Amino acid sequence: MLDAQGTAAAPLVQVSNLKMYFPIYTGLLRRHTGDVKAVDDVSFTIRAGETLGLVGESGCGKSTVGRAILRLYEPTAGRVVIDGDDIPALAPEALRKKRPVMQMVFQDPQASLNPRMTVADIIGEPLDEHTNLTGQEKLARIYELMDQVGLNRAFANRYPFAFSGGQRQRIGIARALALNPRFIVCDEPIAALDVSIQAQVVNLLEDLQDRLGLTYLFISHDLSMVRHIADRVAVMYLGQIAEISPRDDLYANPLHPYAEALLSAVPEPDPNGAARQRIILKGDVPSPANPPKGCNFCTRCPKVMPVCREIEPKLAEAAPGRMVACHLINPIPSTG
Amino acid sequence: MPDGARPVLDVRGLKTVFRTRGGDVHAVNDVSFSLQKGELLGVVGESGSGKSVTMMSLIGLLPSPPADVCGGTVMLGDTDLLTAPPEELRQIRGARIGFVFQDPMTSLNPVFNVGSQIMEPLREHMGMTKAQAEVRAVELLELVGIPDARRRLKSYPHQFSGGMRQRVMIAIALACDPDVLIADEPTTALDVTIQAQILELVKELRQKLGMAIIWITHDLGVIAGIADRVMVMYGGQVVEQGPVRAVFSAPQHPYTRALLRTIPKLHGPRDARLEAISGQPPILSAPPTSCPFRPRCPHAFDRCAAENPARRAIDGRAIGQGHDVACHWTAPAMQEVAHA
Repeated sequence: MLDAQGTAAAPLVQVSNLKMYFPIYTGLLRRHTGDVKAVDDVSFTIRAGETLGLVGESGCGKSTVGRAILRLYEPTAGRVVIDGDDIPALAPEALRKKRPVMQMVFQDPQASLNPRMTVADIIGEPLDEHTNLTGQEKLARIYELMDQVGLNRAFANRYPFAFSGGQRQRIGIARALALNPRFIVCDEPIAALDVSIQAQVVNLLEDLQDRLGLTYLFISHDLSMVRHIADRVAVMYLGQIAEISPRDDLYANPLHPYAEALLSAVPEPDPNGAARQRIILKGDVPSPANPPKGCNFCTRCPKVMPVCREIEPKLAEAAPGRMVACHLINPIPSTG
Repeated sequence: MPDGARPVLDVRGLKTVFRTRGGDVHAVNDVSFSLQKGELLGVVGESGSGKSVTMMSLIGLLPSPPADVCGGTVMLGDTDLLTAPPEELRQIRGARIGFVFQDPMTSLNPVFNVGSQIMEPLREHMGMTKAQAEVRAVELLELVGIPDARRRLKSYPHQFSGGMRQRVMIAIALACDPDVLIADEPTTALDVTIQAQILELVKELRQKLGMAIIWITHDLGVIAGIADRVMVMYGGQVVEQGPVRAVFSAPQHPYTRALLRTIPKLHGPRDARLEAISGQPPILSAPPTSCPFRPRCPHAFDRCAAENPARRAIDGRAIGQGHDVACHWTAPAMQEVAHA
């Protein structure tokens, strides 16, 4: 596969036509009457060592993508090839063997750490599950992981409540690193942290990536932070990808009208930047159980055309390395 | 804003302590600020900095015990809110001071339709009849940009989206035409495109109605876009206060400087590495005797440990009127030493 620079780099993660529908049952007989199309036909690749940012507003399906590709949900359809294996097709035991390669850091370190387990137990649990280390080897590995994420070894026997939010997130990161993964899904890892602590955690994630050659899917609604950490960025809206572009291209010149509006809505800490043109979108995001006909952004798009209400735009290359799903950017070739 | 103008709200030396079984927590320490008519004061700080507790204290919304508002005066016009009898305070809340909280789902009552919730303060505080209140409620919903207002009166909170619910909250807060609107992280639970809608609405409403607003947030970007003045809080104290342009272009306190640098930028050159503020916010178990930011401050020196710095004006105007900062390191004498 050729990337934007024309250099060959094998993708570590290849997601094709991923769909994740949650069925809706109604009535006395609980009949299947519809689906919440949380993720609807999403495709992207992540090269080894790369960070792909996945941004969008709440309910757009970005976290569901993260969970579905690690098969924390059973995807409705699609292929997810991680390091050579099609994850949705793996048998249970093969999937278990595959787990060490792919790990996850969750948003809320309060909810994702068992309050009755010590830090050493939490970080050591994946080692118990997937390795045959002796007690001493295991403890050595736990200390090594604590050093790596900047936690004091002396705190190994403390419980999560004794730690601050930023430190708890470090525990979650150490647990994700325990089995030497190649790919980590970071699902809003800094959203629950204070501004002054966010930078500490992001710097740690970047250091670990450099040192261990990790590949990240970084899911976030914080567009400024994604600009900092990601190499490429995918913008999701209502279960679909609106645009995937290299970071600098997207932030300098967003092509999809939604990406443009989203970027313009971010408040910047600069009182003199008020002159910047702000696009205020009208209305709310439609329900994913009943998405509009045609382009799913057509109800709010400031540049909507008649064709947008009829035909769903496909994600297609709009410029080298840039994929956009928009009729304005990729006009339908006239058939007449 | 002329220096001599009488403020709508004047808070002096406010102190709040939480008396808990685990010991006291000095959440608000000697906080003073004033609010002029029509002004929007932004209050920024991290969780635990005391920004919300300050505002809850001055309107008597903290449960006591454990909260003990143990010092200061809060003058709303001629009334000291801290000594006002409960019944008078109840009349002031909702009528002269309106609030908007962070999460509109938990601050609206799910079992009443929004119409009755908007009409409640109108009938309670303004003595309107049901018919009058209904007319006014429709006006208010139209004012905050809710389409088809008359029909929506009958809708319940769960039938609104997050942004629309926050508009309903704003309508309730504005119902009695308050002098002061206190908004505590009103857009934090909302998506950025919806936040942009609400910020635009507030700008419009300020022009139409001219009330003074206190806007609490942790998002410096929101402050930059909306506030006239900004007050930065850390460890239960005001560490810097001033006109928004002055504070953002020439931040004085090391904490404000670090905070502005630690946020990645959406435009312009991209930093290879974020500047992190090391360490943790302080635990406020005793009244501060040293600067609360000292353990994390790159410039801390012996005086910072010996003495909690007082606020000092840097532009010759009265404290709270111009730009002021609470920091020993930025004192003129120190700067001469540093640059010598």
